[in-house]
Parts: sequence; structure tokens; C-alpha cells
Amino acid sequence: MAEPQKLQYTAEHEWVLVDGPVATVGITAYAAEKLGDIVFVDLPKVGSTVAEGKVVGEIESTKSVGELFAPVNGTVVEANDAVVASPELVNSDPFGAGWLIKVEYAALPELLSFDEYSKLTGE
Amino acid sequence: MSDRSSPLHQLHVDAGASFTDFAGWQMPVRYSSDLAEHHAVRTAAGIFDISHMAEIEVTGTESGAFLDYALAGRLSAIALGQAKYSLLLAETGGIIDDLVVYRRADDAFLVVANAGNRAPVVDALTQRAAAFDVTVKDRSDDISLIAVQGPHSRGILEATPGLAGFATPLDELKYYWSTDAMFGDVPLIVGRTGYTGEDGFELYISAEAAASLWTALVDAGAPFGLVPAGLASRDTLRLEAGMPLYGHELNLDTLPVQAGLGRVVALTKEGDFVGRAAIEAGPPTDARVLVGLRGEGKRAGRADYLVYDGDEAVGVITSGALSPTLGYPIAMAYVDAASSAAGTTLEIDVRGSRVAASVVPLPFYKKEDNHG
Repeated sequence: MAEPQKLQYTAEHEWVLVDGPVATVGITAYAAEKLGDIVFVDLPKVGSTVAEGKVVGEIESTKSVGELFAPVNGTVVEANDAVVASPELVNSDPFGAGWLIKVEYAALPELLSFDEYSKLTGE
Repeated sequence: MSDRSSPLHQLHVDAGASFTDFAGWQMPVRYSSDLAEHHAVRTAAGIFDISHMAEIEVTGTESGAFLDYALAGRLSAIALGQAKYSLLLAETGGIIDDLVVYRRADDAFLVVANAGNRAPVVDALTQRAAAFDVTVKDRSDDISLIAVQGPHSRGILEATPGLAGFATPLDELKYYWSTDAMFGDVPLIVGRTGYTGEDGFELYISAEAAASLWTALVDAGAPFGLVPAGLASRDTLRLEAGMPLYGHELNLDTLPVQAGLGRVVALTKEGDFVGRAAIEAGPPTDARVLVGLRGEGKRAGRADYLVYDGDEAVGVITSGALSPTLGYPIAMAYVDAASSAAGTTLEIDVRGSRVAASVVPLPFYKKEDNHG
């Protein structure tokens, strides 16, 4: 599990872990908690091109549907099949086993720090 | 919207609940996991705070005749202790609310309405009471409502310290009957009713005593697997059970027969009742009817999603979810009569892509009938 303090964030309640040319993306514990029990995850295919701010997937709970936005421009190099098979991983380990996609990015946009994101959620 | 909360609010906060606004009330939406809460009700038991619901007392010598006039059913015919599901209709035949009515005495009934319809129900009943020797009294602020639902419910009530004095023993209490009981020195009403499709009870008690009753039930229920359950699981449970939710399946523009509730309207009862002429005239021949849909895959159609028969939009979903018990998507939808036969294959527009769904009979889920 990644340490939340060391991640970057978007206002769409996603976290980004940058490791060299690849950004790993998931949704935050706050977002998972707000959605409730997640029962379905739809992710973009490996090799697809994603654009910052565009919807690339869906995260559905029993009660509602959340959209997955690409936080960066780039190419999907990995999608988390374990989460597609077991969507509850997003609830149980949002910053770890519940990661969603890895994107080889062209350039990093301005992201939120842990402190900035914490202010956003009031937590 | 006002921001009301239940007399049990602090207990929910202490239990770690998340809250949602429901009809102006801050009510628990889940305590930890709505799926776990759903499964607990199907396999063990869950306890729900539904104190936001409205309780209205009708008393007076003409109470039965009044309710026969004011509501769709023949309430004068139910026995002391019996409960009946009914509808409050407008003159147009549309539905102002769906209700459960308990007979408390020859000349006294308790009418239980949805929180969001409290004012329209109280207003309509009060207006309709003008020509009758009855008193209509809104008791919602005085009465709290706790539901214990699931196969272990009876054992939990029987094991709860201080809960005693059942006028009818619980093992003899039939579905949709109620009994008086005592919690310590506080009287309460226990109905074998609910909104989950499971065996269970609803307990009506004074707001002052509700917190200690809740705590006693939770403590006594823990060995039985009882968990506090929120409105999210309540919604998926009632959906699986094919039970309508006002504002989704029921509204002022829908006639009971369209919602599959024609049997609730007692057209054979003597005398007039509000909505009778419109009900007898019936809905337009092209009126849509409520059906169950079983979807393929895992993506659920949700409220307001369109339903297609080929290229033609033939309906709209009113409630939908991936069924926790059944594992496939289920939905209730109003569709054109021509597309409503069981077995018809339709398609749901799920955010731009079509998902196949077939019309199936309601309810989606039915418990094993293993109690009285």
C-alpha cells in the first residue's frame, strides 16, 4: 500500500503515484467511502490513449456510479484485472491492491499535494 | 430542506454511520458496508432506524367507514391487530402515498406513511375526515420506528431483556399482524411487517424510549448476527423483493393498476371512495405498466435510464441495482404494454451503451416460506 502522504491527487478524488515514466492511478479512500460498496469496475484497455480530464472508466457501487477520469495524457500500459474481478478491492485497499490503471504519461499536469487534497475533502 | 434527525441519531454517529438526506432527514445510509448489511438481513438479521416515517392516528366511531372512503382498500374489514397495505389516492386515481394501516381497536387505526409524504397525507386525511366522526392526529414526532428484519428476527426479539408482555406470542403472530407489548414499563406495538422481503418486525415506541430499545435489541441481537443496517441496504433489499418506493415506482401520475397494485383497490366495497371514478375509468389504453427486468452482465440500469425494444424507446427504469443476493442486475421499469410480457427481450441504455435485459415476473427474490 502506498502511503497517502506521498501521493499526488486530483480534485476528482483520484490519487497518482509517479514512478519514472509511469503514473499509477486509483481513487481515494474518501471517494471509495462516499461511493459505498463497489460492485463493478470498467477500465480502459491496455494500449489505449487517454486524455487528461476525460472519462476513461466507471466505478459503480450498489447506489451510484462514479466516473474514472484520466489524470494525465498518455497511454495505458496496465489495467488492474484483479479489481475488475474483485471490485471490493477498491473499498478494502484503495491505495494498494485497489489501484486501477498505469499510464505512461507524456507530461505531468499540476496535481494536488496530500495537504491540498485533505483540505478539499475537509478530512 | 429542513435538517431533521432521529431520536437515535447519536447512537448512529457512535456506531460510525454515514448519513444521507432522506426527505429532509439525516438518516444512516450505511454503517460500514451496505453489501454486508444487505447479506446480514438475508441470512441473519439487520436493525433499521426508520423513525423518519410518519405515524397518523385515526380514532372515532366512524374510523372504519372513514378509511374506506379516504383510502383505496376496505380497511373496515380488517381485524383488531391486523395490518393492511393500502394506498391514498387522489381524485385522479393517482397515488398520493402508499401506506400500512394497523387496526388498534374497533374505533382506532394507525396509518403509517412515507416521511416525504407526511404533510400531503395528513392534509388529505384531515380534509376527507370532515364528514365523519373521527379525529386525525399526526403522532410522527412522538413515535419512533425500529425495524428488525431477517430470519433470526423472532429469536432476537424474544431474547431482548425487558421486551415482554406480547399479547400475541411472536411464534403465533402472522405476517401482517401486530401485537401490543411492553419494553420495561413503556408500551409498544410490534408488527410482523417490513420492507425487505424477509421475515421481520417493526416496533413502534415513544421517541423517549427508542434509544434504550435500540441498544437492547442491538446487544441481544449480536450473538444472532444482527447488524445495524442503513438506507442503502434497505433500498436494495426492497428492490429484490419487488416492493415499490414512492417517488420511484409510485407517484401522482400513476394509477395503481399500472404499478401492479390493482388488487390493493377494493372496487367492490360499498359506497364511494376518493379516486373511485378515475380507477373505474381505468388508465389510457397506451399506459405503461411496471415490470421487472433482469439484465445481462454486471452493469445495472438505474432510475431514469431508457428501455428500448429494438430502435424504439418503450420505457424508463424507476429503480435498479446489481442485486447483491442474485448477482445479476435487476430493475423495475415502466414499459409499453406491448413490451411488457414476461420473457420479452429488451435493451437498457446504460450511459450510452445497450445492455440486454429480459422482462421477468416480480419479485426478483422470494424468501423460503418457513414461518407462520
